[in-house]
Amino acid sequence: MKSLILFFILFSLWLLMSGHYNFLIVCLGIISCVFCVYVAKRGKLIDDEGLPIFFIPRLLNYLIWLFKEILKSNLSTAKVIINGQVEPETFTVKTSQITDVAKVTYANSITLTPGTVTTKIQKGVLEVHALNSDFGKDVRTNEMDKKVTWLEGKK
Amino acid sequence: MVLILDIFTSICFFIGSLSIIIGACGLIKLPDVFSRIHAAGMIDTGGTAFFILGMVLQTGWSLITVKLVLIGVFIFFTSPVTSHVTANLAREKNILPVGKKIGKIL
Repeated sequence: MKSLILFFILFSLWLLMSGHYNFLIVCLGIISCVFCVYVAKRGKLIDDEGLPIFFIPRLLNYLIWLFKEILKSNLSTAKVIINGQVEPETFTVKTSQITDVAKVTYANSITLTPGTVTTKIQKGVLEVHALNSDFGKDVRTNEMDKKVTWLEGKK
Repeated sequence: MVLILDIFTSICFFIGSLSIIIGACGLIKLPDVFSRIHAAGMIDTGGTAFFILGMVLQTGWSLITVKLVLIGVFIFFTSPVTSHVTANLAREKNILPVGKKIGKIL
């Protein structure tokens, strides 16, 4: 079932990237996609970690929220760089997600918003470096943590 | 219609270049490795997002739009990984960040 989903994702990507729709070329595309799925299945890569389909139903909503956050923190980072009010701080936060993919998604979301970077991960604890105490407060309110747990949808 | 799109494209390019210039200034100005990663992250997200948005406005609906969006998606997924690798390597080499530490750090 999951290999079928992977095949459709790969093949739609192939169709969008190629732009040539001859019979021969599309056949070659199908063959290469099937080969990729076969290799991934043989390497046991198709599981919840390799293909996190449980993200998909709530993904769009989360991405819109994340883009909004990125825009906001871009503005504040620009302000901090221009003003030069840099007071870096380092702290740890706990994650409340169950799966490893969701934890990585949370760490990546923290890194993606400028002003905060995840420097280390150990089991359920992230070490975060923030450019300013405002950015630090934003992370410590755990708003993003709740959002990612909601995105994971296992609770 | 074309004029309006051109104006929006110019605005997007302007904001994008502005955020890249500010990010580049930050790369030079900020005190240590960890703070400089924030400036690089600003270039990665703000700069590329606005440039790709501007280019998408110019191409309209075609396969090129899809390719541009895919470039954006791949940068979106890979840039936090490179940032994290840089920060993590610095921490593994026992470089401690400047500034205050709240609580016990790993």
